[in-house]
Amino acid sequence: MSSFNRDAVERRILGALRPLTIIVLLLICLFPFYYMLLLSFRPLDAVIQDPGALWPKAGEIDLGTYRDVLASTEDGGQGFLTFIRNSFIVAIGTVVLTLLVAIPGAYAVSRLEFFGRRQISAVFLGVYFFPAILLAIPLFVFFTRIGQRGTLLGLLVVYVAQVAAVSIYMLRNYFDTIPASIEEAAAIDGCTRLQAMRHVSLPLAMPAIMSNALFIFMIAWNEFLFALLFLVEKRENWTVSLGLSQLAGSIEVPTTVLMAGSVILTVPIIGLFFLSERWLAGGLTAGAEKG
Amino acid sequence: MTTGGPAGQTATALEAPTPAPQGGRSRRARASRASDDRRAGYLLISPTVVIVFAMVVLPILWTFSLAFQQVRLLNLRQTGIIGDYSLENFTNVLTSPGFVDALVTTLVYSVAGTACAIGLGLVAALALRRPFRGRGLVRACMLLPYVAPVVAATFVWSTMLNPQFGIVNHYGASLLGWDDPIAFLSSSDPISPFGIDLHVSMSLFTVVLFEGWRSFPFAFLFITARMQAIPESLEEAATVDGATPTQRFFHIVLPQLLPTIAVLTVLRFIWTFNNFDDIYLLTGGASGTQVVAVRVYDYLINRGDIGAAAAQALVLAAILAVLVGIYLKFFGRSEDVA
Repeated sequence: MSSFNRDAVERRILGALRPLTIIVLLLICLFPFYYMLLLSFRPLDAVIQDPGALWPKAGEIDLGTYRDVLASTEDGGQGFLTFIRNSFIVAIGTVVLTLLVAIPGAYAVSRLEFFGRRQISAVFLGVYFFPAILLAIPLFVFFTRIGQRGTLLGLLVVYVAQVAAVSIYMLRNYFDTIPASIEEAAAIDGCTRLQAMRHVSLPLAMPAIMSNALFIFMIAWNEFLFALLFLVEKRENWTVSLGLSQLAGSIEVPTTVLMAGSVILTVPIIGLFFLSERWLAGGLTAGAEKG
Repeated sequence: MTTGGPAGQTATALEAPTPAPQGGRSRRARASRASDDRRAGYLLISPTVVIVFAMVVLPILWTFSLAFQQVRLLNLRQTGIIGDYSLENFTNVLTSPGFVDALVTTLVYSVAGTACAIGLGLVAALALRRPFRGRGLVRACMLLPYVAPVVAATFVWSTMLNPQFGIVNHYGASLLGWDDPIAFLSSSDPISPFGIDLHVSMSLFTVVLFEGWRSFPFAFLFITARMQAIPESLEEAATVDGATPTQRFFHIVLPQLLPTIAVLTVLRFIWTFNNFDDIYLLTGGASGTQVVAVRVYDYLINRGDIGAAAAQALVLAAILAVLVGIYLKFFGRSEDVA
């Protein structure tokens, strides 16, 4: 009888706690982003006078912050339009180059028997866990010496090296699930290995490749440490992340203008994320679950 | 997703030798196919090997060389592979004031941050376990802190926590009756809940909370995936036997989740241990939050002492390797990395 009571009490308490927990979790996940958006629309004086406002007052909405943050420095703005261009160049370049090297690599590690293929995967995976700051030192020194520090190309090469390993790991897991018999059938029809790979396995792996591409794009778009080390002295080459972090330290730029910059930095990522959430959530776990 | 079964089977089927064919011709064909495969394998993997070797492996080796030389940003152009090697950097770094503190801070930050992230992830996974309308959307929202750019997230947090016009201090004063605004990110005062001094500064406490907020979605995702694989019949049987919800959690659900939590702990610990971005962007390493990664950056850029930076980074990596090695010795037997 007493255990029945305990059961009823627990059920009631947990039944009440569950929706409460969900609401609190939603609040802590969403509120910072809402606050970001809110502040980007309010003038700075209004924020300082009434810091607790949870929505903009009537007639208070001010889109001037976006104009200020996007306009070039010659026009009195912060030049984020240039930063956006740089971020896109680096992120898309990283995606394209990484996929170019990682798709064949993943295929080889998954399908082809060659000496050292297991060791290669293990070494690649190790990269994922290596302290980035350790790698940053020699790369900083190296690119300084060859005079390529400060160029977007140098940054791009470093990004490709960093994500190629993870990319191969994720794609290999997917190639492993494609039955070899399909390719064998193609081989009987007279296809060579590479033809079978191009015409049979690659189209089948398209969903995984797409989600991988998005994953790489997000990593490159969000990256901060190497952008800081490589580009900080060249304002015209700053990425959005770097630009925001550098300007956040100065007193001259109003916080609300930088909030507009934050929104600009965040929106592409959240947009991509919601477009591809199903693929990506699967990809994140599929890539790491086995390890 | 949770079991590597089908994938593993395909892989073994591929590698399994085909039944020995009769006659020399097919054997020769098979051998040539194998050597073709080998050649194609090397060809396809070589671009990745080259770039990873040039941009990851060689630089790591070079770090060793730098760590044993007196290299500064100013005399960078004169140093080569052959130079005056000495242990000076290591002795300087290990005995310099602040290094041990940074190491302790790193450990506190990683352990507490990992615990926060996994604890919150577990709570979220349990709360969202039973289906309801809009659960998919709620789940997606839970992942936002993890996918959002770190620079934007830290900037919003530091604005929210700002002592002058931050929303947290505003409501802290008006609703909770705080006397003075709290400088969450620049106060080195130790926090002492209920009068117990934890030797942890307010700022360190805040960056740990940030780490929990930012990383719990990762734990949430993993735990949710594992939870979906627990057969319902087990819990149904326990319910019939009169087990209460908490008993079912502790005796049925939790034991099934433990291996996943163990893996998560290692992954999160490694990444938090190496973390540079979050602390650099939130506090710059001031007021009791200087972790080793931030200290390395400080030596590299602000002091221009490349040798000392390299030595510290190597010490950081070595400690991490030892910690992970200890872990793998205990849990790593069933693990198949390749």
